[in-house]
Parts: sequence; structure tokens; C-alpha cells
Amino acid sequence: MADTTGAVEVAGAADASGGRPAQWPEEVFVRRPRFVEGVRAYGLIAMMWLRSTMAYRASFALTVFGNFAATAFDFVAILLMFSHVDRLGGYTLPEIALLYGVSGTAFGLADLLLGSMDRLGARVRDGTLDTLLVRPVPVLAQVAADRFALRRLGRVFQGVLVLGYALVVLDIEWTPLKAAMVPMMLLSGAAVFGALFVAGAAFQFVAQDAAQVQNAFTYGGNTLLQYPPSVFAKDLVRGVTFVVPLAFVNWLPALYVLGREYPLGLPDWVAFLPPVVAGLFWLPAGLGWRAGLRAYRSTGS
Amino acid sequence: MRLYAVVAAGQFRRFATYRTATAAGVFTNTVFGFILAYTYVALWDERPQLGGYDMSQALSYVWLGQALLMTCSMMGGGFEDELIERIRTGDIAVDLYRPADLQLWWLAGDLGRAAFHLLGRGIVPMLVGSLAFDLALPSSPGIWMAFLLSVALGVVVSFAIRFLVALSAFWLLDGAGVAQMAWLAGMFFSGMLLPLTLFPGVLGDVARALPWSSLLQVPVDVFLGKYPGWELVRAYAFQAGWAVALLLVGRMVQSVATRRVVVQGG
Repeated sequence: MADTTGAVEVAGAADASGGRPAQWPEEVFVRRPRFVEGVRAYGLIAMMWLRSTMAYRASFALTVFGNFAATAFDFVAILLMFSHVDRLGGYTLPEIALLYGVSGTAFGLADLLLGSMDRLGARVRDGTLDTLLVRPVPVLAQVAADRFALRRLGRVFQGVLVLGYALVVLDIEWTPLKAAMVPMMLLSGAAVFGALFVAGAAFQFVAQDAAQVQNAFTYGGNTLLQYPPSVFAKDLVRGVTFVVPLAFVNWLPALYVLGREYPLGLPDWVAFLPPVVAGLFWLPAGLGWRAGLRAYRSTGS
Repeated sequence: MRLYAVVAAGQFRRFATYRTATAAGVFTNTVFGFILAYTYVALWDERPQLGGYDMSQALSYVWLGQALLMTCSMMGGGFEDELIERIRTGDIAVDLYRPADLQLWWLAGDLGRAAFHLLGRGIVPMLVGSLAFDLALPSSPGIWMAFLLSVALGVVVSFAIRFLVALSAFWLLDGAGVAQMAWLAGMFFSGMLLPLTLFPGVLGDVARALPWSSLLQVPVDVFLGKYPGWELVRAYAFQAGWAVALLLVGRMVQSVATRRVVVQGG
């Protein structure tokens, strides 16, 4: 018994009577709602990765800048285009900057919080997903926080900068409703992209090597939304409105703010749908995730 | 020589193993091809003959960019992450002990990888692109051959740059930052973003003179028949010049780096 007391004391919850094993420290053991537990675990894991990143500060600084610059290049390409033309698809540079800024910021937020989920396929393949399953923490939170990369803030900064530029330069007749649209677009846009990340991860349970497919929707979607809908073929616009609801990230609400015509002759009120659409889109994404996790079979040894 | 051929073939087979990943990559390249093609159509609608390309040449530029993205590793990747990891963990000591040249070994492997990516990731997006849009495809087989040679030279230049990036890990240990910088430069100066002929003034001149233009701009211009007669030799000389220069620098850095190698661990 003598040698166990040391361990008990370390655990800080000594149960003097009968030498039973130490109880879990209070704060770990408290039962919380599953969602709260998930968010808390996400925070803890993200903090751990933050500290690990800070071990290589020079590299971190370079990668934040790199992330910023990588996304800025998309905008540089647009600027270069506008050095040759005044309008693209009938839209001026500030108008396109608004579309770009909203999409870039929304995607940046989703990427910062859930971007690591595209590593799920790799985890299934090398069997490290099993480790996550035995921990008393929601798997979604663990996968999302895995290798949390603060450098992705670079992307958010860049989106915010372009958005700021657009809002300053554009001559919009602001109404309270239009002003409220801006934060609404960013949040629901981030939610739409977030659902895409979750759906993509769910798909990787089925096709582990196909992580790239989701890039077509996430990064590809972001690139698509940086340009006005008038540039693209009708069928493509239909697809990203009714199948994958990307058009609700920025096109429809931003066109309302700009007072421009909607694609496909959609009615006015669709501009206010993004929060609803984002919420609805999380349903299949979440169900897909559950189904994927339930169907998961370890690769074995 | 036989050894390096085996290494190249091995890498070809290694990348060929992941068929789902290849199919997924082809899908993504194709989606991006469509998105970018529409933006180019909008741009060339406003300004026909922009940058010396007509609409179908501009569209060919887009789809060639997607087809060569992996082959010429314009966004990095291929081998440098692996080499950086070997340097970081100290496994590089084993590589240096082998009776093979470090640079040639990785070059052979990268050529094998590029050959697979040209076939596996290049052909399908190009086919889809030419079905969906009116592309300017060369009619003579000679131009196709000239294009392939230009792509090969582009791959060597790309390798030489990424080899230097990887060697930086000898000093920094975590090569992620440098790799990303190189990736950015590759994206911007290869012409992946927009044809370099659209870059204004001095920026355009500088961009066309930098090694990265060998990765996409030069091969595409060869493809579009922009180098008639002896001009073609000049284009090759430009690519080969950068390839040799960068490989030599790589060799020097390698000899400095290996002299200071201290294997980590016990």
C-alpha cells in the first residue's frame, strides 16, 4: 500500500479509506452535454497544437504570411485581369471584391476551424483513427482539432482586407437590413463551408484516398464564388444553388446588398435564406458523418 | 545508370498504386478547369487577343495548366516533404551512406513520378477540356513532341528548385515555411495564376525571365506554336540553362549541408 499513496497524492484526489485507486480529477470527470464536451475538447486539443506550432516560431511566421499571400494571389490575379478590362461579366472591381471578400472570409473561418478534417482519410488508412475512438471525447471534435493550424488565420485576414476595401469603395445605399446582411453572410457562409468539410470527411470514410474530391467543392467552391454568377454557365449556377448550396454563401445575399439582379430569375427573398440553408445543409452533413463513423471498420493490424 | 532507371520506375509504380487518389485528383483538376475556363471566357470576351492569345488558345492555356499542375509540381509536392522529413528525423544519414548520388537519386524518382502524373493526371482533364471547349490543339505531331520535351525540361527545373527547398531543412529543421514560400513563387511565376504575357511591364519581363516560367508558360507556348523555327531552340536553351544552373547550385548546397550533418538521436 505504501507505494500507491504516492500516486494517489499526485492525482490530487486521495481516497484514504481502503486504498482504492485514485478518483478522476473532478474537472475531467464532470458530465457535460455532449456539445459542450466537444467544444471544450476542441479547445484543449487546439491549444496543444498551438503550443507545438510555437516551437518553430520562424516557420510559423513564414506560414502565416504564406497563407495570407497564397490567398492574396487569387486577388492579384483578379487585379491583373482588371488591369486589362473595366468589367468582368458585367461587374466592376469593387463589386467583385465584395463577392471575393465575403467568400474568402467565410471560407477562411471554416478552414481555420474544420480544415483539418481533410486528413481523416489518412487517419483511416494508417489506423490512427482507432485511438480517437477510445477516448471519451466526441470524435468529430478530435478530428476537427487535429493539427489545428493557426496559420490559417492568414486566409481570414486576407478575406477581411478585401471585404474592407470593397465596403469602403462601393457606393451602396446602406439600410439597417443591408448592414445586417454582411455579418450574416460571413457566419452562414462559414457554416455552409463547414458543413462541406464535415460532408467531405464523411465521404472519406468510404473512399479514403479521395480526399482531393472535397477540395473541388471547398477550394473550388471558394474560387467559383470569387467571380460573379454571370460568368458561369447556367447549369453550373443551378448546381451550386440547388445541389450544393454554395450560391447562398455570397452570391445571393451580396447581390441583394449590391442591388443587382439574381441569377436564374430567383425571387428577392432568397437573399435572406443563408442561415436557414446553412442549417439545413448541416443535417445531411451530420447524418453522413454519423453513418460514416458507424460504418467504420478499423484497418486492423 | 541502371540504378536510377530502377528508382524512376519504382516511383512511377508507387504513384500509380493509388488509383482512387488519382481519380479524385483528376476530378478536382477538371472542376477547377471548368471554373477557370469560364473566367477566361469572360475575360477574353471583353478583350479578344489579350496577351497575344485568342479565345481557344486562352482556353488551351487553362486546361494545360490543370493537366501539368501535378507533372511540373507547380504547387510543390512530389518528393520534398519526404526528403525534409528524412533530414529532420536523421534518416538522411542512411541515404548519404548509400552508394548512390543523393541528388541524382531523388531526380530519378521525381522524373518517374512526373511521368506518371503526366499520364494519370494530365490526359483526362485535357480530354474533358477539349470536349467541353474549343481548344487550339496542335495538328502536327512534331509540335506534340516538342511540347513533351519542353515539359520534361520543365520538370527538371521544378525538381532543381524543390531540391534546394528540401535542403534548407538542414538549417531550419522544419522546412514547411520555406516549402510554402517556394510553392507561392511557383504558383505566381509559373503562369498558373494567369498567363505571364498578361503581367504588366517590368513585372512581366521579370516573371518571364525567372526559372518558374519553364514550368508552364514555356511549355504552353511551345504547344500553341509560339516558337517557330530557331525560336524553339532558344526556348529550350532558356529551360535547360535554368535546369543546369539550379542543379549545380543544388550540388554545392548539398556538399555544404552534408559536411555539417549531425544525425539527431542517440
